[in-house]
Amino acid sequence: MTTITLAEPPRVLHALRLADTTLVLGHRLSEWTGQAPMLEEELALANMGLDLIGQARALYTHAAALDGQGRTEDDLAYFRDAPQYRNLLLAEQPNGDFAQTMLRQFLYAAFALPFWNAMAASADAVLAAIAAKAEKEMAYHQRHSAAWVVRLGDGTAESHARLRAALDALWPFTGEMFEVDEAERGLIAQGIAIDPAALRPAWEASIARVFAEATLPLPAAGRWMQSGGHHGRHGEHLGHLLAVMQSLPRAYPDARW
Amino acid sequence: MYTQALNQRDAAPAATPEDAAALARFQARIDADERIEPNDWMPAAYRRTLVRQISQHAHSEIIGMQPEGNWITRAPSLRRKAALLAKVQDEGGHGLYLYAAAETLGVSREELSAQLLSGAAKYSSIFNYPTLSWADIGAIGWLVDGAAIMNQIPLCRCSYGPYARAMIRVCKEESFHQRQGYELMLALSRGTAEQKAMAQDALNRWWWPCLMMFGPPDSESQHSDQSMRWGIKRFSNDALRQKFVDATVPQGHFLGLSFPDPALRYDAEAGHWRFGAIDWAEFRRVLAGDGPCNRQRLETRRRAEAEGAWVREAALAHAAKRRARAATPPLAAE
Ligand SMILES: [Fe+2]
Ligand SMILES: [Fe+2]
Repeated sequence: MTTITLAEPPRVLHALRLADTTLVLGHRLSEWTGQAPMLEEELALANMGLDLIGQARALYTHAAALDGQGRTEDDLAYFRDAPQYRNLLLAEQPNGDFAQTMLRQFLYAAFALPFWNAMAASADAVLAAIAAKAEKEMAYHQRHSAAWVVRLGDGTAESHARLRAALDALWPFTGEMFEVDEAERGLIAQGIAIDPAALRPAWEASIARVFAEATLPLPAAGRWMQSGGHHGRHGEHLGHLLAVMQSLPRAYPDARW
Repeated sequence: MYTQALNQRDAAPAATPEDAAALARFQARIDADERIEPNDWMPAAYRRTLVRQISQHAHSEIIGMQPEGNWITRAPSLRRKAALLAKVQDEGGHGLYLYAAAETLGVSREELSAQLLSGAAKYSSIFNYPTLSWADIGAIGWLVDGAAIMNQIPLCRCSYGPYARAMIRVCKEESFHQRQGYELMLALSRGTAEQKAMAQDALNRWWWPCLMMFGPPDSESQHSDQSMRWGIKRFSNDALRQKFVDATVPQGHFLGLSFPDPALRYDAEAGHWRFGAIDWAEFRRVLAGDGPCNRQRLETRRRAEAEGAWVREAALAHAAKRRARAATPPLAAE
Protein backbone atom coordinates (compact mmCIF):
# COMPACT_ATOMS: atom_id res chain seq x y z
CA MET A 1 0.00 0.00 0.00
CA THR A 2 1.18 3.53 -0.73
CA THR A 3 0.21 6.86 0.73
CA ILE A 4 -3.51 7.61 0.70
CA THR A 5 -4.99 10.91 -0.30
CA LEU A 6 -8.73 10.72 0.23
CA ALA A 7 -11.35 12.51 -1.72
CA GLU A 8 -12.89 14.36 1.17
CA PRO A 9 -16.56 15.05 0.77
CA PRO A 10 -17.73 17.05 3.81
CA ARG A 11 -18.86 14.11 5.95
CA VAL A 12 -15.58 12.23 5.46
CA LEU A 13 -13.59 15.38 6.13
CA HIS A 14 -15.57 16.09 9.27
CA ALA A 15 -15.07 12.58 10.66
CA LEU A 16 -11.37 12.68 9.77
CA ARG A 17 -10.86 15.96 11.56
CA LEU A 18 -12.29 14.50 14.74
CA ALA A 19 -10.44 11.20 14.31
CA ASP A 20 -7.08 12.84 13.66
CA THR A 21 -7.39 15.19 16.61
CA THR A 22 -8.23 12.40 19.02
CA LEU A 23 -5.52 10.08 17.70
CA VAL A 24 -2.78 12.69 17.71
CA LEU A 25 -3.66 13.84 21.23
CA GLY A 26 -3.98 10.24 22.45
CA HIS A 27 -0.60 9.43 20.92
CA ARG A 28 0.94 12.41 22.68
CA LEU A 29 -0.39 11.20 26.03
CA SER A 30 0.97 7.72 25.35
CA GLU A 31 4.43 9.25 24.95
CA TRP A 32 4.39 9.84 28.73
CA THR A 33 4.55 6.12 29.53
CA GLY A 34 7.23 5.54 32.15
CA GLN A 35 7.96 9.27 32.55
CA ALA A 36 5.11 10.54 34.72
CA PRO A 37 5.86 12.45 37.94
CA MET A 38 4.03 9.84 40.05
CA LEU A 39 2.58 6.41 39.58
CA GLU A 40 -1.02 7.62 39.92
CA GLU A 41 -0.45 10.03 37.02
CA GLU A 42 1.14 7.26 34.98
CA LEU A 43 -2.23 5.50 35.21
CA ALA A 44 -4.29 8.66 34.63
CA LEU A 45 -2.34 9.69 31.52
CA ALA A 46 -2.73 6.18 30.12
CA ASN A 47 -6.46 6.27 30.88
CA MET A 48 -6.92 9.51 28.99
CA GLY A 49 -4.71 8.31 26.12
CA LEU A 50 -6.76 5.11 25.88
CA ASP A 51 -10.03 7.06 25.81
CA LEU A 52 -8.79 9.24 22.96
CA ILE A 53 -7.34 6.36 20.95
CA GLY A 54 -10.63 4.53 21.41
CA GLN A 55 -12.56 7.55 20.13
CA ALA A 56 -10.16 7.78 17.17
CA ARG A 57 -10.72 4.13 16.26
CA ALA A 58 -14.49 4.56 16.17
CA LEU A 59 -14.19 7.78 14.18
CA TYR A 60 -11.77 6.32 11.61
CA THR A 61 -14.00 3.31 11.18
CA HIS A 62 -16.88 5.68 10.54
CA ALA A 63 -14.82 7.82 8.14
CA ALA A 64 -13.81 4.68 6.24
CA ALA A 65 -17.45 3.61 5.98
CA LEU A 66 -18.48 7.05 4.72
CA ASP A 67 -15.57 6.97 2.26
CA GLY A 68 -16.85 3.64 0.95
CA GLN A 69 -13.55 2.48 -0.58
CA GLY A 70 -13.14 -0.55 1.67
CA ARG A 71 -10.41 1.05 3.74
CA THR A 72 -9.81 0.32 7.43
CA GLU A 73 -9.12 2.45 10.49
CA ASP A 74 -5.45 1.54 10.16
CA ASP A 75 -5.25 2.54 6.49
CA LEU A 76 -6.44 5.99 7.48
CA ALA A 77 -4.20 6.32 10.53
CA TYR A 78 -1.02 4.86 9.10
CA PHE A 79 -0.98 5.68 5.40
CA ARG A 80 -1.81 9.36 5.25
CA ASP A 81 1.02 11.90 5.31
CA ALA A 82 1.02 15.01 7.48
CA PRO A 83 -0.60 17.27 4.84
CA GLN A 84 -3.56 14.83 4.79
CA TYR A 85 -3.91 14.95 8.58
CA ARG A 86 -6.79 17.20 9.67
CA ASN A 87 -6.18 17.46 13.42
CA LEU A 88 -6.30 20.62 15.51
CA LEU A 89 -2.87 22.17 15.96
CA LEU A 90 -3.40 22.11 19.73
CA ALA A 91 -3.39 18.30 19.69
CA GLU A 92 -0.01 17.99 17.98
CA GLN A 93 1.85 20.39 20.31
CA PRO A 94 4.67 18.55 22.08
CA ASN A 95 4.15 17.30 25.62
CA GLY A 96 6.69 19.70 27.07
CA ASP A 97 6.65 19.40 30.85
CA PHE A 98 3.78 18.11 32.96
CA ALA A 99 2.30 21.64 33.13
CA GLN A 100 2.17 21.90 29.36
CA THR A 101 0.62 18.46 28.96
CA MET A 102 -2.05 19.05 31.60
CA LEU A 103 -2.87 22.53 30.35
CA ARG A 104 -3.14 21.25 26.77
CA GLN A 105 -5.47 18.53 28.06
CA PHE A 106 -7.56 21.05 29.96
CA LEU A 107 -7.85 23.52 27.05
CA TYR A 108 -8.97 20.67 24.82
CA ALA A 109 -11.25 18.91 27.31
CA ALA A 110 -13.03 22.14 28.24
CA PHE A 111 -13.97 22.31 24.56
CA ALA A 112 -14.50 18.61 23.87
CA LEU A 113 -16.90 18.10 26.77
CA PRO A 114 -19.59 20.53 25.51
CA PHE A 115 -18.69 19.55 21.92
CA TRP A 116 -19.52 15.86 22.38
CA ASN A 117 -22.48 16.76 24.54
CA ALA A 118 -23.95 18.67 21.59
CA MET A 119 -22.84 16.04 19.05
CA ALA A 120 -24.81 13.39 20.92
CA ALA A 121 -27.84 14.89 19.17
CA SER A 122 -26.25 14.53 15.70
CA ALA A 123 -28.49 13.37 12.86
CA ASP A 124 -25.71 10.88 12.09
CA ALA A 125 -26.58 8.04 14.46
CA VAL A 126 -23.03 6.67 14.46
CA LEU A 127 -21.54 10.02 15.39
CA ALA A 128 -24.22 10.48 18.04
CA ALA A 129 -23.30 7.16 19.64
CA ILE A 130 -19.58 7.97 19.55
CA ALA A 131 -20.37 11.35 21.09
CA ALA A 132 -22.42 9.92 23.95
CA LYS A 133 -19.48 7.75 25.01
CA ALA A 134 -16.87 10.46 24.40
CA GLU A 135 -18.80 12.96 26.48
CA LYS A 136 -18.56 10.76 29.57
CA GLU A 137 -14.86 10.26 28.98
CA MET A 138 -14.18 13.95 28.47
CA ALA A 139 -15.94 14.82 31.71
CA TYR A 140 -13.19 12.88 33.49
CA HIS A 141 -10.43 14.49 31.38
CA GLN A 142 -11.82 17.90 32.19
CA ARG A 143 -12.03 17.21 35.92
CA HIS A 144 -8.61 15.64 36.12
CA SER A 145 -6.78 18.23 34.06
CA ALA A 146 -8.58 21.16 35.73
CA ALA A 147 -7.55 19.83 39.14
CA TRP A 148 -3.92 19.83 38.01
CA VAL A 149 -4.16 23.31 36.50
CA VAL A 150 -5.39 24.51 39.90
CA ARG A 151 -2.68 22.62 41.82
CA LEU A 152 0.11 23.83 39.59
CA GLY A 153 -1.16 27.39 39.31
CA ASP A 154 -1.75 27.70 43.04
CA GLY A 155 1.18 25.47 44.06
CA THR A 156 4.77 26.68 44.22
CA ALA A 157 6.42 29.64 42.48
CA GLU A 158 8.06 27.18 40.10
CA SER A 159 4.87 25.35 39.17
CA HIS A 160 3.08 28.67 38.66
CA ALA A 161 5.86 29.93 36.37
CA ARG A 162 5.85 26.69 34.38
CA LEU A 163 2.09 26.83 33.96
CA ARG A 164 2.25 30.42 32.75
CA ALA A 165 4.93 29.50 30.22
CA ALA A 166 2.74 26.64 29.02
CA LEU A 167 -0.23 28.98 28.67
CA ASP A 168 1.85 31.39 26.64
CA ALA A 169 2.90 28.54 24.33
CA LEU A 170 -0.53 26.94 23.93
CA TRP A 171 -2.99 29.82 23.90
CA PRO A 172 -2.48 30.72 20.20
CA PHE A 173 -3.73 27.22 19.26
CA THR A 174 -7.09 27.54 20.99
CA GLY A 175 -8.85 29.76 18.46
CA GLU A 176 -8.87 27.05 15.81
CA MET A 177 -11.28 24.91 17.83
CA PHE A 178 -14.11 27.36 17.14
CA GLU A 179 -13.54 27.84 13.40
CA VAL A 180 -16.14 26.76 10.88
CA ASP A 181 -15.53 26.43 7.15
CA GLU A 182 -17.82 25.93 4.12
CA ALA A 183 -17.50 22.15 4.30
CA GLU A 184 -18.91 22.09 7.83
CA ARG A 185 -21.53 24.75 7.35
CA GLY A 186 -23.60 22.43 5.19
CA LEU A 187 -23.30 19.63 7.76
CA ILE A 188 -24.36 21.99 10.52
CA ALA A 189 -27.47 22.88 8.49
CA GLN A 190 -28.26 19.16 8.15
CA GLY A 191 -27.85 18.58 11.88
CA ILE A 192 -24.90 16.23 11.35
CA ALA A 193 -22.26 18.58 12.73
CA ILE A 194 -22.64 21.23 15.39
CA ASP A 195 -21.52 24.82 15.25
CA PRO A 196 -18.39 24.99 17.43
CA ALA A 197 -18.61 28.78 17.61
CA ALA A 198 -21.69 28.28 19.79
CA LEU A 199 -19.53 26.46 22.35
CA ARG A 200 -17.24 29.39 22.94
CA PRO A 201 -19.17 30.88 25.91
CA ALA A 202 -19.19 27.54 27.74
CA TRP A 203 -15.48 27.05 27.05
CA GLU A 204 -14.61 30.57 28.17
CA ALA A 205 -16.61 30.11 31.35
CA SER A 206 -14.71 26.90 32.21
CA ILE A 207 -11.39 28.55 31.49
CA ALA A 208 -12.25 31.61 33.58
CA ARG A 209 -13.45 29.53 36.53
CA VAL A 210 -10.43 27.23 36.62
CA PHE A 211 -7.86 29.94 35.92
CA ALA A 212 -9.30 32.05 38.73
CA GLU A 213 -8.88 29.16 41.13
CA ALA A 214 -5.38 28.57 39.74
CA THR A 215 -4.51 32.28 40.20
CA LEU A 216 -3.62 32.28 36.52
CA PRO A 217 -4.37 35.51 34.62
CA LEU A 218 -6.49 35.14 31.48
CA PRO A 219 -4.54 35.99 28.33
CA ALA A 220 -5.40 39.36 26.85
CA ALA A 221 -8.15 39.24 24.23
CA GLY A 222 -7.25 39.73 20.61
CA ARG A 223 -4.02 37.76 20.60
CA TRP A 224 -3.20 36.27 17.17
CA MET A 225 -4.53 32.75 16.76
CA GLN A 226 -2.77 30.11 14.68
CA SER A 227 -4.84 28.05 12.31
CA GLY A 228 -4.56 25.52 9.50
CA GLY A 229 -4.69 22.08 11.11
CA HIS A 230 -8.15 21.35 9.73
CA HIS A 231 -6.78 22.02 6.24
CA GLY A 232 -3.58 20.01 6.60
CA ARG A 233 -1.28 22.92 7.32
CA HIS A 234 0.59 21.84 10.43
CA GLY A 235 3.59 22.83 12.48
CA GLU A 236 6.90 21.01 12.36
CA HIS A 237 6.09 18.57 15.13
CA LEU A 238 3.42 16.47 13.45
CA GLY A 239 5.77 15.06 10.82
CA HIS A 240 7.98 13.58 13.52
CA LEU A 241 5.05 12.15 15.42
CA LEU A 242 3.77 10.44 12.27
CA ALA A 243 7.25 9.24 11.26
CA VAL A 244 7.45 7.32 14.53
CA MET A 245 3.83 6.20 14.66
CA GLN A 246 3.63 5.01 11.04
CA SER A 247 7.09 3.47 10.78
CA LEU A 248 6.21 -0.23 10.98
CA PRO A 249 3.22 -0.39 8.62
CA ARG A 250 5.14 1.74 6.12
CA ALA A 251 8.24 -0.48 6.34
CA TYR A 252 6.18 -3.66 5.86
CA PRO A 253 3.22 -2.54 3.77
CA ASP A 254 2.05 -6.11 3.04
CA ALA A 255 1.99 -7.19 6.65
CA ARG A 256 -1.09 -7.73 8.84
CA TRP A 257 -0.38 -7.21 12.50
CA MET B 1 5.28 -8.38 36.45
CA TYR B 2 7.10 -10.01 38.18
CA THR B 3 8.39 -11.71 41.17
CA GLN B 4 11.66 -13.55 40.81
CA ALA B 5 13.07 -16.01 43.26
CA LEU B 6 16.40 -14.41 44.05
CA ASN B 7 16.90 -16.48 47.16
CA GLN B 8 18.69 -13.81 49.08
CA ARG B 9 19.55 -14.80 52.59
CA ASP B 10 17.83 -12.75 55.26
CA ALA B 11 20.64 -10.44 56.31
CA ALA B 12 19.33 -9.22 59.65
CA PRO B 13 20.54 -10.53 62.99
CA ALA B 14 18.86 -13.88 63.48
CA ALA B 15 19.02 -14.07 67.22
CA THR B 16 16.58 -11.49 68.53
CA PRO B 17 15.01 -13.73 71.13
CA GLU B 18 11.36 -13.92 70.22
CA ASP B 19 8.92 -15.59 72.43
CA ALA B 20 9.20 -19.27 71.54
CA ALA B 21 5.55 -19.72 72.33
CA ALA B 22 4.56 -16.89 69.98
CA LEU B 23 6.70 -18.41 67.22
CA ALA B 24 5.08 -21.78 67.74
CA ARG B 25 1.59 -20.25 67.63
CA PHE B 26 2.53 -18.37 64.46
CA GLN B 27 3.86 -21.52 62.78
CA ALA B 28 0.74 -23.41 63.82
CA ARG B 29 -1.44 -20.80 62.13
CA ILE B 30 0.62 -21.09 58.95
CA ASP B 31 0.46 -24.88 59.08
CA ALA B 32 -3.32 -24.65 59.47
CA ASP B 33 -3.33 -22.57 56.26
CA GLU B 34 -4.60 -19.45 58.02
CA ARG B 35 -3.88 -16.03 56.54
CA ILE B 36 -1.66 -13.65 58.48
CA GLU B 37 -3.06 -10.10 58.50
CA PRO B 38 -1.20 -6.79 59.01
CA ASN B 39 -2.06 -6.38 62.70
CA ASP B 40 -1.25 -9.96 63.62
CA TRP B 41 1.95 -10.81 65.43
CA MET B 42 4.65 -12.06 63.08
CA PRO B 43 8.35 -12.85 63.41
CA ALA B 44 10.60 -9.97 62.37
CA ALA B 45 12.31 -12.13 59.75
CA TYR B 46 8.95 -13.05 58.20
CA ARG B 47 8.15 -9.36 57.92
CA ARG B 48 11.56 -8.55 56.38
CA THR B 49 11.33 -11.41 53.91
CA LEU B 50 7.90 -10.26 52.76
CA VAL B 51 8.90 -6.61 52.49
CA ARG B 52 11.87 -7.62 50.37
CA GLN B 53 9.89 -9.95 48.12
CA ILE B 54 6.84 -7.71 47.67
CA SER B 55 8.92 -4.60 47.02
CA GLN B 56 11.13 -6.42 44.50
CA HIS B 57 7.96 -7.54 42.83
CA ALA B 58 6.59 -3.98 42.80
CA HIS B 59 9.85 -2.58 41.43
CA SER B 60 9.78 -5.21 38.68
CA GLU B 61 6.31 -4.07 37.61
CA ILE B 62 7.50 -0.48 37.43
CA ILE B 63 10.80 -1.12 35.64
CA GLY B 64 8.96 -3.57 33.37
CA MET B 65 6.93 -0.67 31.97
CA GLN B 66 10.04 0.56 30.16
CA PRO B 67 10.88 -2.22 27.69
CA GLU B 68 7.24 -2.48 26.60
CA GLY B 69 6.66 1.26 26.72
CA ASN B 70 9.45 1.44 24.15
CA TRP B 71 6.98 0.25 21.46
CA ILE B 72 3.74 2.05 22.36
CA THR B 73 4.38 4.95 19.99
CA ARG B 74 5.32 2.50 17.20
CA ALA B 75 2.58 -0.10 17.59
CA PRO B 76 1.63 -1.08 14.05
CA SER B 77 -2.16 -0.94 14.38
CA LEU B 78 -4.55 1.09 16.50
CA ARG B 79 -5.88 -2.07 18.11
CA ARG B 80 -2.37 -3.15 19.13
CA LYS B 81 -1.52 0.36 20.28
CA ALA B 82 -4.52 0.47 22.61
CA ALA B 83 -3.84 -3.06 23.87
CA LEU B 84 -0.19 -2.32 24.62
CA LEU B 85 -0.94 0.97 26.34
CA ALA B 86 -3.57 -0.79 28.46
CA LYS B 87 -1.15 -3.60 29.29
CA VAL B 88 1.60 -1.27 30.40
CA GLN B 89 -0.98 0.62 32.43
CA ASP B 90 -1.97 -2.66 34.11
CA GLU B 91 1.66 -3.24 35.08
CA GLY B 92 1.75 0.21 36.68
CA GLY B 93 -1.43 -0.72 38.55
CA HIS B 94 0.24 -3.94 39.76
CA GLY B 95 3.11 -1.81 41.06
CA LEU B 96 0.61 0.32 42.91
CA TYR B 97 -1.21 -2.60 44.64
CA LEU B 98 2.08 -4.21 45.54
CA TYR B 99 3.49 -1.05 47.10
CA ALA B 100 0.22 -0.81 49.04
CA ALA B 101 0.62 -4.44 50.18
CA ALA B 102 4.19 -3.67 51.29
CA GLU B 103 2.97 -0.61 53.18
CA THR B 104 0.77 -2.84 55.34
CA LEU B 105 4.07 -4.20 56.71
CA GLY B 106 5.10 -0.77 57.95
CA VAL B 107 7.33 0.50 55.16
CA SER B 108 6.45 3.50 53.00
CA ARG B 109 6.33 3.65 49.21
CA GLU B 110 8.82 6.55 49.33
CA GLU B 111 11.35 4.43 51.22
CA LEU B 112 10.93 1.56 48.80
CA SER B 113 11.18 3.84 45.80
CA ALA B 114 14.37 5.37 47.22
CA GLN B 115 15.84 1.86 47.51
CA LEU B 116 15.09 1.22 43.85
CA LEU B 117 16.60 4.52 42.71
CA SER B 118 19.75 4.08 44.79
CA GLY B 119 20.29 0.66 43.25
CA ALA B 120 19.98 -1.03 46.66
CA ALA B 121 16.81 -2.92 45.73
CA LYS B 122 16.64 -5.62 43.10
CA TYR B 123 14.06 -6.20 40.40
CA SER B 124 13.54 -9.04 37.96
CA SER B 125 16.57 -9.60 35.73
CA ILE B 126 14.37 -10.00 32.65
CA PHE B 127 13.78 -6.26 32.29
CA ASN B 128 17.44 -5.56 31.73
CA TYR B 129 17.13 -6.92 28.20
CA PRO B 130 16.18 -4.61 25.32
CA THR B 131 13.06 -4.74 23.15
CA LEU B 132 14.49 -4.61 19.64
CA SER B 133 11.51 -5.35 17.42
CA TRP B 134 7.74 -5.35 17.56
CA ALA B 135 7.84 -9.13 18.03
CA ASP B 136 9.46 -8.58 21.41
CA ILE B 137 6.13 -7.22 22.59
CA GLY B 138 4.53 -10.54 21.69
CA ALA B 139 7.39 -12.52 23.21
CA ILE B 140 7.21 -10.59 26.48
CA GLY B 141 3.47 -11.14 26.81
CA TRP B 142 3.66 -14.81 25.91
CA LEU B 143 6.86 -15.75 27.76
CA VAL B 144 7.53 -13.15 30.45
CA ASP B 145 3.92 -12.80 31.58
CA GLY B 146 3.65 -16.58 31.16
CA ALA B 147 6.61 -17.14 33.49
CA ALA B 148 5.24 -14.55 35.89
CA ILE B 149 1.96 -16.48 36.10
CA MET B 150 3.77 -19.72 36.95
CA ASN B 151 5.63 -17.90 39.72
CA GLN B 152 2.64 -16.00 40.99
CA ILE B 153 -0.29 -18.44 40.92
CA PRO B 154 1.08 -20.18 44.03
CA LEU B 155 1.39 -16.75 45.69
CA CYS B 156 -2.39 -16.39 45.55
CA ARG B 157 -2.26 -18.83 48.51
CA CYS B 158 0.60 -17.00 50.22
CA SER B 159 0.30 -16.95 54.01
CA TYR B 160 0.33 -13.15 54.09
CA GLY B 161 -3.24 -12.02 53.36
CA PRO B 162 -2.65 -8.66 51.60
CA TYR B 163 -0.03 -10.18 49.27
CA ALA B 164 -2.21 -13.18 48.47
CA ARG B 165 -5.19 -10.95 47.67
CA ALA B 166 -3.10 -8.63 45.48
CA MET B 167 -1.83 -11.67 43.59
CA ILE B 168 -5.34 -12.91 42.80
CA ARG B 169 -6.12 -9.71 40.95
CA VAL B 170 -2.67 -9.45 39.37
CA CYS B 171 -2.72 -13.04 38.10
CA LYS B 172 -6.04 -12.49 36.32
CA GLU B 173 -4.52 -9.60 34.42
CA GLU B 174 -1.24 -11.40 33.74
CA SER B 175 -3.07 -14.30 32.16
CA PHE B 176 -4.91 -11.88 29.90
CA HIS B 177 -1.52 -10.38 28.96
CA GLN B 178 -0.15 -13.82 28.26
CA ARG B 179 -2.99 -14.71 25.89
CA GLN B 180 -2.72 -11.36 24.16
CA GLY B 181 1.05 -11.79 23.71
CA TYR B 182 0.58 -15.25 22.28
CA GLU B 183 -2.07 -14.00 19.88
CA LEU B 184 0.37 -11.31 18.72
CA MET B 185 3.04 -14.00 18.12
CA LEU B 186 0.48 -16.06 16.24
CA ALA B 187 -0.31 -13.14 13.92
CA LEU B 188 3.40 -12.68 13.21
CA SER B 189 4.14 -16.35 12.72
CA ARG B 190 1.22 -16.65 10.28
CA GLY B 191 2.28 -13.44 8.53
CA THR B 192 4.94 -12.51 5.98
CA ALA B 193 8.40 -14.08 5.91
CA GLU B 194 9.79 -10.96 7.57
CA GLN B 195 7.22 -11.11 10.36
CA LYS B 196 7.94 -14.76 10.99
CA ALA B 197 11.68 -14.00 11.13
CA MET B 198 10.93 -11.24 13.65
CA ALA B 199 8.98 -13.69 15.83
CA GLN B 200 11.75 -16.30 15.68
CA ASP B 201 14.42 -13.74 16.54
CA ALA B 202 12.40 -12.57 19.53
CA LEU B 203 12.00 -16.13 20.81
CA ASN B 204 15.73 -16.71 20.35
CA ARG B 205 16.58 -13.70 22.47
CA TRP B 206 13.95 -14.03 25.21
CA TRP B 207 13.86 -17.78 25.82
CA TRP B 208 16.90 -18.23 28.06
CA PRO B 209 16.40 -15.02 30.07
CA CYS B 210 12.82 -16.19 30.72
CA LEU B 211 14.05 -19.51 32.13
CA MET B 212 16.28 -17.48 34.46
CA MET B 213 13.20 -15.66 35.81
CA PHE B 214 12.57 -18.66 38.08
CA GLY B 215 15.82 -18.03 39.93
CA PRO B 216 18.86 -20.20 40.64
CA PRO B 217 18.65 -24.00 40.53
CA ASP B 218 17.41 -25.80 43.65
CA SER B 219 20.91 -27.20 44.20
CA GLU B 220 22.06 -23.65 44.99
CA SER B 221 19.03 -22.37 46.83
CA GLN B 222 18.47 -24.16 50.11
CA HIS B 223 17.64 -20.78 51.67
CA SER B 224 14.14 -21.03 50.31
CA ASP B 225 13.34 -23.69 52.92
CA GLN B 226 12.34 -21.00 55.41
CA SER B 227 10.05 -19.35 52.85
CA MET B 228 8.44 -22.75 52.27
CA ARG B 229 7.85 -23.26 56.00
CA TRP B 230 6.31 -19.81 56.20
CA GLY B 231 3.95 -20.48 53.33
CA ILE B 232 5.46 -17.72 51.20
CA LYS B 233 6.90 -20.10 48.66
CA ARG B 234 5.12 -23.30 47.68
CA PHE B 235 7.15 -24.82 44.86
CA SER B 236 10.87 -24.92 44.19
CA ASN B 237 12.49 -22.83 41.45
CA ASP B 238 13.29 -25.88 39.34
CA ALA B 239 9.77 -27.29 39.70
CA LEU B 240 8.23 -24.03 38.48
CA ARG B 241 10.76 -23.72 35.66
CA GLN B 242 9.95 -27.24 34.47
CA LYS B 243 6.22 -26.50 34.61
CA PHE B 244 6.79 -23.40 32.47
CA VAL B 245 8.87 -25.26 29.90
CA ASP B 246 6.31 -28.06 29.67
CA ALA B 247 3.49 -25.58 29.07
CA THR B 248 5.40 -23.33 26.69
CA VAL B 249 7.26 -25.63 24.32
CA PRO B 250 4.14 -27.03 22.63
CA GLN B 251 2.81 -23.47 22.27
CA GLY B 252 6.02 -22.47 20.48
CA HIS B 253 5.78 -25.48 18.18
CA PHE B 254 2.18 -24.60 17.36
CA LEU B 255 3.51 -21.21 16.22
CA GLY B 256 5.94 -23.03 13.92
CA LEU B 257 8.89 -21.58 15.80
CA SER B 258 11.94 -23.37 17.11
CA PHE B 259 13.58 -22.96 20.51
CA PRO B 260 17.21 -21.86 20.74
CA ASP B 261 18.17 -25.03 22.61
CA PRO B 262 19.64 -28.00 20.69
CA ALA B 263 19.25 -30.16 23.81
CA LEU B 264 15.49 -29.65 24.04
CA ARG B 265 13.71 -33.02 23.77
CA TYR B 266 10.58 -34.69 25.06
CA ASP B 267 11.08 -37.29 27.77
CA ALA B 268 8.02 -39.43 27.15
CA GLU B 269 8.58 -41.58 30.20
CA ALA B 270 8.66 -38.63 32.61
CA GLY B 271 6.21 -36.57 30.56
CA HIS B 272 8.53 -33.55 30.59
CA TRP B 273 10.42 -31.44 28.10
CA ARG B 274 14.12 -31.69 29.00
CA PHE B 275 16.17 -28.61 28.29
CA GLY B 276 19.85 -27.72 28.06
CA ALA B 277 22.12 -26.01 30.58
CA ILE B 278 21.21 -22.48 31.63
CA ASP B 279 24.06 -19.96 31.57
CA TRP B 280 24.01 -19.02 35.24
CA ALA B 281 27.05 -16.80 34.79
CA GLU B 282 24.88 -14.57 32.60
CA PHE B 283 22.14 -14.56 35.22
CA ARG B 284 24.57 -13.48 37.96
CA ARG B 285 26.10 -10.86 35.68
CA VAL B 286 22.71 -9.30 34.85
CA LEU B 287 21.65 -9.32 38.51
CA ALA B 288 24.95 -7.71 39.49
CA GLY B 289 24.23 -4.80 37.17
CA ASP B 290 25.90 -5.72 33.90
CA GLY B 291 22.93 -6.69 31.77
CA PRO B 292 22.45 -4.86 28.48
CA CYS B 293 20.04 -2.27 29.94
CA ASN B 294 20.55 -2.11 33.73
CA ARG B 295 22.03 1.37 33.68
CA GLN B 296 19.51 2.66 31.15
CA ARG B 297 16.55 1.35 33.17
CA LEU B 298 17.66 2.99 36.41
CA GLU B 299 18.70 6.17 34.65
CA THR B 300 15.23 6.49 33.08
CA ARG B 301 13.55 5.93 36.46
CA ARG B 302 15.83 8.45 38.18
CA ARG B 303 15.22 11.03 35.48
CA ALA B 304 11.43 10.64 35.69
CA GLU B 305 11.63 10.93 39.48
CA ALA B 306 13.85 14.01 39.32
CA GLU B 307 11.82 15.71 36.60
CA GLY B 308 8.61 15.07 38.51
CA ALA B 309 9.88 16.53 41.78
CA TRP B 310 8.49 20.01 41.13
CA VAL B 311 5.06 18.53 40.34
CA ARG B 312 4.94 16.58 43.61
CA GLU B 313 6.12 19.66 45.52
CA ALA B 314 3.42 21.77 43.87
CA ALA B 315 0.73 19.24 44.80
CA LEU B 316 1.88 19.25 48.42
CA ALA B 317 2.13 23.04 48.52
CA HIS B 318 -1.36 23.39 47.10
CA ALA B 319 -2.81 20.87 49.55
CA ALA B 320 -1.16 22.78 52.42
CA LYS B 321 -2.64 26.07 51.17
CA ARG B 322 -6.09 24.52 51.01
CA ARG B 323 -5.80 23.15 54.53
CA ALA B 324 -4.65 26.54 55.78
CA ARG B 325 -7.56 28.27 54.07
CA ALA B 326 -10.03 25.76 55.50
CA ALA B 327 -8.60 26.25 58.98
CA THR B 328 -8.87 30.06 58.91
CA PRO B 329 -12.15 30.95 57.27
CA PRO B 330 -12.43 34.60 56.28
CA LEU B 331 -14.37 36.68 58.83
CA ALA B 332 -17.99 36.63 57.91
CA ALA B 333 -19.23 40.02 56.81
CA GLU B 334 -22.25 40.90 58.87
FE1 LIG C 1 2.27 -7.25 36.14
FE1 LIG D 1 1.65 -8.45 32.78
